[in-house]
Amino acid sequence: MSVSEAVATRSIKIRKKVLVSKLGLDGHDRGAKVVARALRDAGFEVVYLGVHRSPEELVESAVEEDVSAIGISILSGSHLELISDLMKLLRERGLNIPVIVGGIIPPEDVEELKKLGVFEVLIPGTPLKKVVEVYEKACEVMSK
Amino acid sequence: MSNDLSKLREKLNQWVKEVLEPTVKKAPELKPKFTTEEGFEVKHIYTPLDTEGAGWNYLEKLGFPGEYPFTRGVYATMYRGRPWTIRQYAGYGSAEDTNARYKYLLSVGQTGLSMAFDLPTQLGLDPDNKLAWYEVGKVGVSMPSVKEMEIVFNDIPMDKISTSMTINATAIEVLSMYVAVAESRGVDKAVLRGTVQNDILKEYIARNNYIYPPRPSMRYATDLIMYAAKNMPKWNAISISGYHFEEAGATPAMEIAFTLADAIEYVRWVVERGMNVDEFASQLSFFFAARTNLFEQVAKFRAARRIWARIMKERFNAKDPRSMMLRFHTQTAGVLLTAQQPMVNIIRTTLQALAAVLGGTQSLHVNSYDEALSLPTEESVKLSIRVQQVLLYESGVIDTIDPLGGAYYIEWLTDQIEEKAWKIIDEIERLGGMVKAIELGYPQREIARAAYEWQLKVERGEVPIIGVNTFVEEETPKVKILKIDPKVRERVVHRLNMLKKERDNSKVSEALDKVRKAAEKEDVNIFPYIYEAIKAKATLGEVSQVLREVWGEWKAPEIY
Repeated sequence: MSVSEAVATRSIKIRKKVLVSKLGLDGHDRGAKVVARALRDAGFEVVYLGVHRSPEELVESAVEEDVSAIGISILSGSHLELISDLMKLLRERGLNIPVIVGGIIPPEDVEELKKLGVFEVLIPGTPLKKVVEVYEKACEVMSK
Repeated sequence: MSNDLSKLREKLNQWVKEVLEPTVKKAPELKPKFTTEEGFEVKHIYTPLDTEGAGWNYLEKLGFPGEYPFTRGVYATMYRGRPWTIRQYAGYGSAEDTNARYKYLLSVGQTGLSMAFDLPTQLGLDPDNKLAWYEVGKVGVSMPSVKEMEIVFNDIPMDKISTSMTINATAIEVLSMYVAVAESRGVDKAVLRGTVQNDILKEYIARNNYIYPPRPSMRYATDLIMYAAKNMPKWNAISISGYHFEEAGATPAMEIAFTLADAIEYVRWVVERGMNVDEFASQLSFFFAARTNLFEQVAKFRAARRIWARIMKERFNAKDPRSMMLRFHTQTAGVLLTAQQPMVNIIRTTLQALAAVLGGTQSLHVNSYDEALSLPTEESVKLSIRVQQVLLYESGVIDTIDPLGGAYYIEWLTDQIEEKAWKIIDEIERLGGMVKAIELGYPQREIARAAYEWQLKVERGEVPIIGVNTFVEEETPKVKILKIDPKVRERVVHRLNMLKKERDNSKVSEALDKVRKAAEKEDVNIFPYIYEAIKAKATLGEVSQVLREVWGEWKAPEIY
């Protein structure tokens, strides 16, 4: 296989379909919407679930839509418990879909979230270029 | 054009040709074009040619403070007579935590209270609800019953303090709790001073804390307005909000236009339900954001006042000047806080607060520097109050009214924003009013588009943000974090269970049944029924559940 063929096969294999959603009762959706749109503009297929979603609903949609990554935005301070439950549900279903978390996340909680198995935490001010790269990496991991 | 103006034009042209152009040629400016956040191209200099020269008339455009069209301010003496209210939005954890925070804020010089409620309270869910579980006491105080309100106002004089409450979809339930506690202490509801946000339309557009569909929600909101008009004359029955539009991405003109279009819708509904405009309009209040872009923000506030006065006078035929006054609260723009180099936020919020004051705000919340990272601590909130006190006591900005009034640039900008806002208001009217526009997704789409465009400008470096895309430092911000005690949930749920055990349950179900019957009819005011249910110790979640069953729930169109 030539290098270009390898690259071509690789890019075919990477499924750029992602879920973007809010989790919990928090209504601040500016960040989630901007990320959804940036990903769409970068060639991702985006399933946008909007606000007031429970961990159960998110996992159901992720399975149904067969996505390669899940992006969550939380600004209400409930991230540790919500994400902990989400990760537990994913594990119970035998799913290892990378989860990316954005929002108002105190520095000390970034490590906590990673310990829970979160793929990456993106705090306010993260450039969209970086956001897209992280989702690409996540989809790549999932496609391996 | 008068002789003076012709002469000025001649001199200006000469200056441009002989001084300005050669200078720019020799030393290029920082960028080829200077624009405001709204996108207006800004000239090097403004002169009377941009005001009088453009047909501008002082008496028509500005007038005097306390008089139509209120451009210079709503009161005759403004801050010389009455300083703006220092009102920091606060509340977290259980009622005890919030009571302690309020007493602290009052002790360091806050002059009014502003209650933050947790998301379950805002969405009509009791703390023992499954989805509520994660959020109890997180972004505000948990308020499932009148019992909690009693504790929050322990040793706080409800007849003296004014209290603002950020509550919308459950505004009647929560205001009922406040009134019930006040009355139990012998304070008549007629003397209570304060505000309920009660602005459900902006929830569909930007803030997302809605429960029922727009039309029954409008009935609920206008029920509260009509009840307050008759029973609580000192209470602001609504705080029509642009803040959340700005936070969601709206430009300054969009912010005031969507807000005033919402206001038109509320007034229209109440008038159609049979009230004279002057019977309730003086109890409408407003809420805007203050961004760092100082002059355009000042122009925004002034334009909003002028537009509202005209709408009330010309469209709704208001006769009482108080009906035409746009009185507003301001919060500094949370979206402009950065997680990077957080102390820089104090400088930003100071400029934003200055914009609000120069813009004539009636009350002010200054965000704390740590809020892009977490909930603010006592120490950071105190600094926010100190920012306000420095402006009020040290800066001299209160000495004269509308100090920027008459500045050629400010007046030109005020006119520009006004013109653009009118276009948006007219567009919404053309669509059939704000309820219709929301159902069509118009304001939601406009805001999402503006938010994305802003983000792209940040990415391209066209909007410099210190610490984010310029003067960046590699650092992990170190700030003290306010953590919510996980025991809050147990405490609140325990008290809720006790309440349910101790109350007269047959009285509760009777009261809830009356709420249901009132909700089913369209021509009764639901307020007294909800008030009776809350007084009988029905919970917020129980009342809300009844209304959900009658009115259904709103499922938002997903627009991004």
